[in-house]
This record gives sequence, C-alpha cells and structure tokens, in this order.
Amino acid sequence: MEEIVLETQNLTVYYNGRPAIEGISLRIPRRRITAIIGPSGCGKSTLLRCFNRMNDLIPSARVTGRVLFEGVDLYGPDVDVVEVRRRIGMVFQKPNPFPKSIYENVAFGPRIQGIRDRRKLDEIVERCLRAAALWDEVKDKLHQNALTLSGGQQQRLCIARALATEPEVLLMDEPASALDPIATMKIEDLMRELAREYTIVIVTHNMQQAARVSDYTAFMLAGEDRVGRLIEFGPTQQIFTRPRDRRTEDYITGRFG
Amino acid sequence: MGLTSRSAAEIYTVRLQRGVAARWREWGELAIQGLLLFAAMVSVFTTLGIVAVLVVEAIPFFQQVSLVEFLTDPQWTPLFAQKHFGILPLVAGTFLTSAVALALAMPVGLLSAIYLSEYAPVRVRAILKPALEVLAGIPTVVYGYFALLFVTPLLKRVVPDLETFNALSAGLTMGVMIIPLISSLSEDALYAVPSSLREAAYALGATRLEVALRVVIPAALSGIVASFILAASRAVGETMIVAIAAGQRPILTLDPRRAIETMTAYIVQVSLGDTPHGTLEFRTIFAVGLVLFLLTLVFNLIALRIIERYREVYR
Amino acid sequence: MERRQRREIAGKVFEAVALTATVFGLVVLAMLLFDVARRGLGVLSWSFFTRYPSRFPEQAGIRSALLGTVWVMALTALFSVPVGVAAAIYLEEYAPRNRLTRFIELNINNLAGVPSIIYGLLGLELFVRGLKLERSVLAGALTLSLLILPILIAASREALRAVPMSLREAAFALGATRWQVIRHQVLPLALPGILTGMILALSRAIGETAPLITIGALTFIAFDPKGPLDKFTVLPIQIFNWVSRPQAGFHARAAGAILVLLAVLLSMNGLAIYLRYRLQRRYQW
Repeated sequence: MEEIVLETQNLTVYYNGRPAIEGISLRIPRRRITAIIGPSGCGKSTLLRCFNRMNDLIPSARVTGRVLFEGVDLYGPDVDVVEVRRRIGMVFQKPNPFPKSIYENVAFGPRIQGIRDRRKLDEIVERCLRAAALWDEVKDKLHQNALTLSGGQQQRLCIARALATEPEVLLMDEPASALDPIATMKIEDLMRELAREYTIVIVTHNMQQAARVSDYTAFMLAGEDRVGRLIEFGPTQQIFTRPRDRRTEDYITGRFG
Repeated sequence: MGLTSRSAAEIYTVRLQRGVAARWREWGELAIQGLLLFAAMVSVFTTLGIVAVLVVEAIPFFQQVSLVEFLTDPQWTPLFAQKHFGILPLVAGTFLTSAVALALAMPVGLLSAIYLSEYAPVRVRAILKPALEVLAGIPTVVYGYFALLFVTPLLKRVVPDLETFNALSAGLTMGVMIIPLISSLSEDALYAVPSSLREAAYALGATRLEVALRVVIPAALSGIVASFILAASRAVGETMIVAIAAGQRPILTLDPRRAIETMTAYIVQVSLGDTPHGTLEFRTIFAVGLVLFLLTLVFNLIALRIIERYREVYR
Repeated sequence: MERRQRREIAGKVFEAVALTATVFGLVVLAMLLFDVARRGLGVLSWSFFTRYPSRFPEQAGIRSALLGTVWVMALTALFSVPVGVAAAIYLEEYAPRNRLTRFIELNINNLAGVPSIIYGLLGLELFVRGLKLERSVLAGALTLSLLILPILIAASREALRAVPMSLREAAFALGATRWQVIRHQVLPLALPGILTGMILALSRAIGETAPLITIGALTFIAFDPKGPLDKFTVLPIQIFNWVSRPQAGFHARAAGAILVLLAVLLSMNGLAIYLRYRLQRRYQW
C-alpha cells in the first residue's frame, strides 16, 4: 500500500485561454521517485509547475481541476502560496545558484522564514549540504561565490538550497540535462538517497534516466492539437517492459520523440 | 495498484491555510506594491500637473486676449506700452531656428547613421558611436556660448549683414547638438532591418550603396522619420542656445541672418525680468508654454506611435 | 564595363561623404573644446573657485555657483532616485499588462520629450508658489527631479531586465514573496546598472539651465547656500549670465566655468563607464 502525497484531478492549464495540458489525473506516492516523461512540448514542465504553483508567475496562465497535496487543494481559496512553495521544493533545468556565497545560497530559504540565529543557520547549512552530498567538497569554502563551483556542484547546491526549507516533496525539472555524464550520475545517486526521506517528482526527456532512477513513470504526449495529455501511468518497470498503450511503446522504443 | 490517500491529512490541512502571519505578510506585500505603483504614477501626476498649470494660467490670459488676436496678430509686444499679443513672431522665430537646425542635422545625422550601420568596421564603430554621444551630453548653455562667441564671428566673415544675434548660428549650433539624436535613432532603425534583406540584394549584384539606398533605407523609413520628428520636437523646445545666440527681438521674418525671438527664449526673457506674477504680461509665458507643450506633445506622440509600430513589425 | 566603374566610383564617393558626415560632429566638438580651453584656461586659479561673482570680471568666481550645483544635485538625487527606481520596479516586476500600465508608460515616454523649460513653468507654479518654497534649492531640486525621472526609470528598467529570470524563479520556488525576491536577489544584481543610470541622469540635470531660470533662480548670489531653503544659483546659470555680458573678461570667466562643468561631467561619465564595466564582469556565469 502506497501513501499518496500529491494528486491531480482532471487538471487543465490554459495559457492565453488555450489549453496547454488537459484532463490530467495522477497520484504521486510518498517517498518514491516519479518520473514524468514525454517528447518536448508535451507539457511535462507545465504539469510539474502546477505542484508548487509556479504557474502563478505567468499572468496569462489559468488552472482548472484540482491539485491535492496531503488531501488539500493547492488552488483552494485560502491557501498560502508561500507555504506551498516552502513545503514543495523545486530544482530547475539549468543550475541557478544565487550569485552569492555557498552559505548564503542555502541560508536564503530559512532566512526569509525569519530564522536569524547564526548557530541554527550554520546547522541547517551543514545538514543540507551533507544531504546533497556536497559538504565534503565545499566545507572549507562556504563563503566563496557559488558561481565558482562546477555545473554539477552548482546543481547539488541548488538541491541543498531546496532542502533547507524542509520540504516534503522535491520537484526536479530535467535537473541533469545541462550536466556531463559523471555529474549526472552523482545527481541520480543523490536522488535515490533522498528518496528515503522525500517524495521526488522528476521531469526528464532522458528515458534511460527515468528507467534508472524512478519507481513510477507517467508518460505524456501532445496530440495534433498541441494539447498535452497523460497517456499512461504506472510502476516504471511495467511502463518500460509492458506498456499498455501503443503510443507509450512507440516512444520508449524510440520510434518518435 | 492499491494506492490510497493518507488518512491523517487533517494535520497538514491546518498548516497550508493562511494564518495570521501570512495575512500580515500579504498586507505588507500589498502596501509595498501600492507604494511602488504610486511612484510609477508620479509621471502621470507630472503630466497632469503640467497641463493643469498651463491651462489654469492660460485661461485668465485668454479671457483678456482673444484667441483670434493671439493666433493672428503679427506683433508680439506684451512688455511694451503699446501691447500686442500675436504669437506669430515667436512661432516664426522657433520655426526658423528649428528649420536651420534640421536642415543641418537631418542629412548629417542620417548619413552618419548609414555610415555606422552599413559601412563602418566594427572597431571604428565602437569608437565613433560613443564619441558622437558625447555631443548629446554637452550642456546646452555651453552650445549657447559656442554659438554666440565662436560660430557667429566665424559666419560673419562669410555671411554679409549677419547680425550679432541671429537665427542662423543658433540654428546651426542646435543642429550639431541634435545630430546624435537623429544618428542613433536612425541607426537603430537601419540596424533592425533583417540582414536577409541585404543579402538578397547583394545576391542580385547590387553594390553597397545601392543596398543602402534602395533596400535598407526604404525598409527603415518609418524609424528614420520618427527620428526626424523627435529631432524637430527637440529643436522646438531647445532653450539656452536660442536664448543666448538668437536674440530677443520678436519680429515676423524668415531671414535667418536677423535677430529673432523663439517661444522658449521669450519665457526665459520674462523669467529673468521683474514682471510681477499674476499680471497679464506674466501670464503670457503660460500661454506661450501651452502652445509649446501642445506642439511638442503632438510631435512626440506621432514619433512614439511610429516607433511602436515598426518595433512590432520586426519583433 | 563603364557602367560598373561608374557604380563603383559612386559607391566610393558616397562612403567618403558619409564618413565626413560622421566625423563632422566630432570636428565641431573639437573646435568647441579648443575654443573653451583657449579662452578659459587662463582664468582657472584657486581664487576662481573661492570667489563670489562680481561686477569686475577679474574678481568674479564660481564659489556660490559650484556650491549651489552641489546642493541641487545632492537633493535631486535624493528625491529622484527612490521614486525612479520604485517606478521601474513596479513596471518591470509588478505591472499587469493592462491599460493603466500602458498609460503610465506612454506618460513616461512623452515626458522624456517635453521641453525642459516646461518643467520650469511647472516648478514655478507647483513648488515655488504652490508649496511656497520660494526660489530655493529645494524648489530647484524638485523641479529637476521630475525632469530626469523618465531617464532614471528607463535606465533602472533596463538594469532590472538584465537580471536573469531563473534567479527570480529560484527565489520564488523557495517560498520568497515577490518583495523578498526583489529585495534580496533582483535589486542587488541590478544595482550597478541602476547606479550607472543614476549618474547619467544626474549628468543631464547638472547641465540644465532653462528650468532653473524659469523657477527664478538668481544670477547673482554672493553668499554660500547653507540649507535647502536658501536661495541659490548653479554653474550653468552663472555661465549663461557671463556669456550674456558684453565684456570679453566675462566671456573668459564663462569659458573657465564651462571647463569646470565639463570636467565634472567627464568624471561622472567615467564613473558610469567604470560601473558598467564592473556590471558586465559580474554577469558572466
């Protein structure tokens, strides 16, 4: 029996009045890695950004349907968006550390929540950098600019930064697509490690990656009308070995995308 | 698959709702946004303020001086005993200096724009362009000094009967001042022409000159026109050069060798004098200011409309 | 063949004409600088900076004008920068795409083209008479603040736009509010660009003469302005006054004052270029 953390019910997102994804119903289990795969333009990132309401930042975006987090509708009337984003962290495609010190990057989240005690911040920074498997590499240069790190290190720093707000869910939008194979491997190992404590949703166009790291896989596809829909969802192994939908099979066997 | 929702969801439910702290935070955010909006509205208030000031002072003026007299009387002598309030001489003076300035700045500015965008090697351009911008950064009072003490004596050697204060040298100096305005705006327009258009013309065997004159300029015409209109607006509103070098004699003439008075120079003249505030004589500067404002407003709005349109085309 | 030659010659001639046109302005600039230097270098001495204006050219100095310029510029920066930056933040980070926003932008673009002397008329009625500030430093600074606001807003918006969107997203995703994103991440990065714009806007204000004459700034001040409510004059007005006199001695003083003004402008622009250079370096990641 899996516990459900996030659930979408008939979710549709419109940009400028035109649907980008439509009728998505999906349940994401706790402390598992769920991969969302599909060709580019199928709305994977749009779906991911519904889970922490990042779509709110796009003025023309409108959302219908429901997104439940622990049973509460994230788009409900009295929901605090800031609290949502604190509890559901996000890592982006291109590493985007703040051009500040490594320490300040991790401390930013706790700081804006009002944590000022230096000892407590130190403790949080160390814990999160350790959790992101970065502590040993940076512990002697915490006050160096984060931009001096390599791409892979920057991305792990972004993960540490996301962990610092103590989220339950981590959303990852193609987190390794800008990295070399070795850095990618490190990120994937880290994801497996983090899945012991966190629920992870990862968007990727790399099917091998989805197969390697995820427990569950959702396959999305945009039809002729360029509206993204969920084609199939299930345990990763089943999706990759016994897909029920012909289009899923076409995609994972590389016939398009 | 055996997936079920978690039963103890209520524990989390409470914490996702906006609490007291969140409400305070949102009020704070809203207050900040309000303050920022207010700052942005300062520009709207400024425009309203300008219109209000000019209109409020112009209304009592036009109660005493009919609009017909204001617009048709060929004499402007509000500071003399025998008072006439015909703005035509001031408009003619403004027109004269602006026409001289544009006659210089339009060809020179456009040619330099063409040179910079179509001919200049990258390194030459990197030096010439900022050097030209320096011209725009020189205070106008310095140009006034230059017009009166350098350009006029120089011109006196070649132009017979040139008066010490004259529209010609003020206009020419003003022309130099607005060259960079035309040059840089026109160059933006030329630059925005897609290089595919140029390549197509070269492929047909056109020379660089033919490409520039027959392809690039026609394609950038609206932007060039906009730069001319903005330059005209700038020339009409320019004050210190004409106040120093063009004279303070409001006569109705189109002879650039003579001393004239522009609308702006008249406002300076009254401001420097001891005409008491609240009198009809003093109110003339608001009536003149209103004409000046409306004139430049029309120029600016037309130019802005053109620029907005051609930016859309090439976006 | 002959036709091709003609076309080539026409091309060469045109290029030469266009180059001449481009250089023309620079030649005039050189003549201007030469004339100012020839006339004005001789008057530059310590006493030129420490003396008040005088009826006698040899004794006239720029002390009160220089102090007035410093006072007016300091207050202008104080008023215009917060308002300009705030307006830019609103338009870049908050403003919805609606008619109010378009109207505000139209206003700013148009105000950039309103003749400076019109601002003088506004300042005269609004600050000098309306707020009863008289012909004070404060009234002058407020007038110039309104005048340079469009330049400041445009420069600040450009600086804000240069901050990568990905940094805003990162901060939002960590639960920062819009203001926290701006305050902690966007503004620090945009600061050098904003400072550059501020310097360029102030260098426009420092040369302005007409609006200050219109609000009634005096041309003869033989005391130091000591506060925002004191009467004042500024360098450009002093220059204007001296140029307008018939004696060659005053013309030389005017040239000397122009040299001082241009030196101030040059150093301000140098600072702006330096800041822009620093800014470019910081963005390379």
